[in-house]
Amino acid sequence: MDFKLTDIVSINDFSRADIDLVLEKAAEMEKLPVSKKNTVLANKTVASVFFEPSTRTRLSFETAIQNLGGQVVGFADAEVSSTKKGESLSDSIRILAGYADMIVMRHSIEGAARRAAEVSDKPIINGGDGANQHPTQTLLDLYTIKKAFGKISGLNIGLLGDLKYGRTVHSLMYALKKYGNVNVYCIAPDSLKMPAEIIEDVKGKINVKETSKLEEFLPEIDVLYATRIQKERFVDEFEYEQIKNVFILGKEILENTKKGFKIMHPLPRVNEIKPELDETDAALYFEQAKNGLPVREALLSILKDVKKG
Amino acid sequence: MEKDDARLKPISSGTVLDHLPAGTALKILKILNLQKPENAVTVAINTESKSGKEGKKDLVFIEGRILNKQEYDKIGLIAEGSTVNIIKDKKVKKKIKVELPEKASGLFECLNPKCISNHEGLPTKFSLKKDPLRAKCFYCEKIMNEQDIFKAIK
Repeated sequence: MDFKLTDIVSINDFSRADIDLVLEKAAEMEKLPVSKKNTVLANKTVASVFFEPSTRTRLSFETAIQNLGGQVVGFADAEVSSTKKGESLSDSIRILAGYADMIVMRHSIEGAARRAAEVSDKPIINGGDGANQHPTQTLLDLYTIKKAFGKISGLNIGLLGDLKYGRTVHSLMYALKKYGNVNVYCIAPDSLKMPAEIIEDVKGKINVKETSKLEEFLPEIDVLYATRIQKERFVDEFEYEQIKNVFILGKEILENTKKGFKIMHPLPRVNEIKPELDETDAALYFEQAKNGLPVREALLSILKDVKKG
Repeated sequence: MEKDDARLKPISSGTVLDHLPAGTALKILKILNLQKPENAVTVAINTESKSGKEGKKDLVFIEGRILNKQEYDKIGLIAEGSTVNIIKDKKVKKKIKVELPEKASGLFECLNPKCISNHEGLPTKFSLKKDPLRAKCFYCEKIMNEQDIFKAIK
């Protein structure tokens, strides 16, 4: 196996080959019979430590560990850990590395996973470090696109909503850059546009078009990745009130879209996608959340034999 | 190596920073903490270079003090291509061309208040790129520009 990484910290650490390997492994995981799957992590203990709350990420990791026959230890709330007593993250991780074979973690401090990977002699999987990285989300996003369309290069991908602060869309841009030959339509209000430096960074590999009007490129888009517009991002509440309903997706958009058009969303959604879309063929977001499971199983399975130097 | 250079006369031993881009000398004083009373420093600003090829330049003469590698690296951040001359007995004993290091360890703080390096008092690590100068934090991956870096130098 040609996977170079010893920890899953940032999507920026992945080569195209590393990503492909994870996606192939995830597809294998979906086909693996339960009797084989539940021996993958036999006699392994995985620490699942969530210093910051999470439901989907934590539960899908813990389900993945159990599906693979591993034991889970950990906590879902830093209030019940030694962090409450003032223990540093570096110390907490060193201690955990003595108990577990792998550590899955989420922390509100940016760079926490990189620091953990530095001090731990066991593999670290980052389940989100503040506004910085959430690599397993990006991998499951790519897996979802690949599974639905059979490819990633050559697609027209729309990114919708808060493109300025949205961690998932930034990571997705950098991941798509590794594939190349992708058209990305950045659809956002002027105050929440994709940062210029990210567009600059992907230039040459991704063809980016920007607009504040959803309808402008809608007929060309294969998959529309919607994100939540968070109220706390606005200084001016009036501006939020004006913007918040502009990008609500309802059934009417389907009159103007390609055959095979899909909608993704990292979830939780608030009101960005009306429930009337849930039962249509365009709704890919629940499938997307479900895909977190085989992708996380794949990562656990790949990292289980890693020896860190 | 031991040649007499009239321009370096202001000091008999210590360090002379030469070929600093015009306008950088005062920044250099700040980032190397040379304003402290224990340092005897002479500064030349906007002088014509001898060859005339490089236009105007700045010079800094530091009496009785030899700079270390970390200090060269700091100079490299804002004055790549300048030279550090080690002077002993009015002679240039060593001439070092300053380059932008690929990595910066402990040279400046990460300006992201949410970065783990600021929360756990860790020595900072950055990877550096030039044209334009950018520093990416090893931990939080935030990218700092030239102004940020200058603000963050310890």
